[in-house]
Amino acid sequence: MVMSPSTAVDGPSSSASIAPAASGDALVTLRDVSFGYTRERQILSGVNLTVPRGKLVAVMGGSGCGKTTILRLLCGQIRASSGEVLVAGESVAAMNREQMYAHRRRLGMLFQFGALFTDMTVFDNIAFPMHEHTDLPEDIIRDLVLMKLNAVGLRGTAELKPSELSGGMARRVALARTIALDPQIVLYDEPFAGLDPISLSVVGQLIRRLNDALGMTSILVTHDIAESLKIVDYIYFISEGRVVAQGDVAGIRASTDPFVRQFVDGEPDGPVHFHYPAPALAEAFS
Amino acid sequence: MNRKIIDLWVGIFVAIGLAALVFLALKVGNLLTTSEQRTGYQLEARFDNIGNLKPRAPVKSAGVVVGRVESIGLDDKTYEGVARLHIYSHHQFPRDTIAAIFTSGLLGEQFVGLEAGGDSVMLKDEDRIRKTQSAVQLEKLISQFMFSKAQETPASAPGAVPTPAPSAASPAAPPAVTPGAKP
Amino acid sequence: MSAPEPIIARVLSRLGAATLDAIARLGFATRFFIAMVKQSGTAFSRPQLIAREIYQAGVLSLIIVLMSGLFVGMVLALQGYETLVRFGATESMGVLVALSLVRELGPVVAGLLFASRAGSAMTAEIGLMKTTEQLAAMEVMAVDPIARVVAPRFWGGVISLPLLAALFSTLGIYGGYLVGVRLIGIDVGAFWGQMQAAVDWRYDVLNGVIKSIVFAFAVSLIAVFEGYDAKPTAEGVSAATTRTVVTSALAILALDFVLTVFMFRGGPH
Repeated sequence: MVMSPSTAVDGPSSSASIAPAASGDALVTLRDVSFGYTRERQILSGVNLTVPRGKLVAVMGGSGCGKTTILRLLCGQIRASSGEVLVAGESVAAMNREQMYAHRRRLGMLFQFGALFTDMTVFDNIAFPMHEHTDLPEDIIRDLVLMKLNAVGLRGTAELKPSELSGGMARRVALARTIALDPQIVLYDEPFAGLDPISLSVVGQLIRRLNDALGMTSILVTHDIAESLKIVDYIYFISEGRVVAQGDVAGIRASTDPFVRQFVDGEPDGPVHFHYPAPALAEAFS
Repeated sequence: MNRKIIDLWVGIFVAIGLAALVFLALKVGNLLTTSEQRTGYQLEARFDNIGNLKPRAPVKSAGVVVGRVESIGLDDKTYEGVARLHIYSHHQFPRDTIAAIFTSGLLGEQFVGLEAGGDSVMLKDEDRIRKTQSAVQLEKLISQFMFSKAQETPASAPGAVPTPAPSAASPAAPPAVTPGAKP
Repeated sequence: MSAPEPIIARVLSRLGAATLDAIARLGFATRFFIAMVKQSGTAFSRPQLIAREIYQAGVLSLIIVLMSGLFVGMVLALQGYETLVRFGATESMGVLVALSLVRELGPVVAGLLFASRAGSAMTAEIGLMKTTEQLAAMEVMAVDPIARVVAPRFWGGVISLPLLAALFSTLGIYGGYLVGVRLIGIDVGAFWGQMQAAVDWRYDVLNGVIKSIVFAFAVSLIAVFEGYDAKPTAEGVSAATTRTVVTSALAILALDFVLTVFMFRGGPH
């Protein structure tokens, strides 16, 4: 890989790329993290990434580039093969079972398709984390659930089953469940996948608003560049398991980096090739 | 699904399931009767041949079940079959009672039959029944029958073949060969 | 390109791979079982969770089990009569029906029905929760899915099947009574009397119940394990559901043989 993270983005964004790391208030830090299920195929190799407290940071890249792996590392579902994953200064890999559960309690994660519990009503879905982790009396839980539902504009759906919701509504209910216990950090795994333009911008605005209103720190894994540019503070580009570019919104928009340009403009060929590596046609047909 | 309805159904289900278990134990099985039958006393009976008698076979007197065969063993010195009988406590038998092994029906299960005697002294726990009759073995009966028939044939045609064993010449002899086989 | 392997080597290496795979799965299933038993505290401290699964596995299987039991009992009586009447032993019909049911048919047929009705549903449910990331979502919410989802289903199944088997036998005996006494006209006293004299509550009834408990553990474990281990795709879940039914049926029949050898060999003592 020719580009190192600091030289990846030219112009105004290169100074911005230093800013979050230098701010010293980093809540989440990935330091030289590598991960692979097998030795031959590395999914992440030497990723450095910083998320400052209170910010909304996007991690972008094509499908299968290892974005989701970063989220799973943060949740402690998998452990890095080398490097450090630090959340509030603690290494996720070094946690024992108790610490891991305590760690997960300050974490919220919105899954790609919501992952609502299909055998429960919307109300019970959002009450689930409260029932599991608190001893709150039933009427307080009820008020809390309705507040969370109200925050995503779906108080009227409390008694419905997830199967009765549209994709966009299900995503918002899942968002309400994710913030049910007011997590410090929220991880979004492709929150925009499969949504129509209206739902998409509704979810996007909710993510931004919740982040600011509840003082959360958010990491958004997505490949939807247009929506992300509207809401996030900072963007990391990942390709083939490495950070290939980073910068704030203005920097990314102005960037002349070929990878960023290809991604932002959605061009079929560029640094990411249209063809999967194969011998030349002439060779294949001879 | 309403939580209360689920609770109600689960309650009904567990209740009828347990009721079925009780039914199987009491009405189909013999849990009730065994509790009274468990109080009983042990007798011992020795047979030359116990045939196909199995543990838990019934012990009957005048056709009424009065106990069960508890276990079956072999006396290593006398080479007799030893059957331990568990007799229900409310049945008492005189000391000169005869124990015999019978077969119910032609091919049925074997059981122990007790024929009460006239003694005024009753059998007590761990007593031994002195008078016994062994099981009738069908194979033996049949072979005797065949044997006697085979003997009869030359006798009905005198002079054709000389009888091989003079002692077996009498057709009345075979039943005597099996001592204790018949009451 | 190397020369093609001889066919025998290919077959042997396939066999070897399949064996190793089976052993690995067995090992994984054992670890899964131990983890589940360890995590069962949550389920037992919240009976509501198990109650819901008893409803799913037991109550919803009631109709099929009761109907099957009734018909099996009636058929047993009809067929038994055909044979018994030749030996003039029709009074033994109660014995025949009751012994067949409490010793063998009750636990085995109820187990098979349970595997295909409730076991497959358990597998599909857990597999679907895995496919749609519901299990992962729980894990991230710091809730152990084995404690919250798997263990209650397992124990719900373990509690349900013995009760279903007892109900199956009971209804079967009632079916036998209907055909034998009501239809054919066997003396009602002889029917029940001979049955009670021949069926021992410990040797026959209790052993039958033990069988059904063993089957309950086997089927429930297979069902939850296949669900948890399913490939997180639609095909994966449907394949796992099929595997649950097939493996459970084989396990029930094999265990039945082993248990019968140990329980009913050489008569009661």
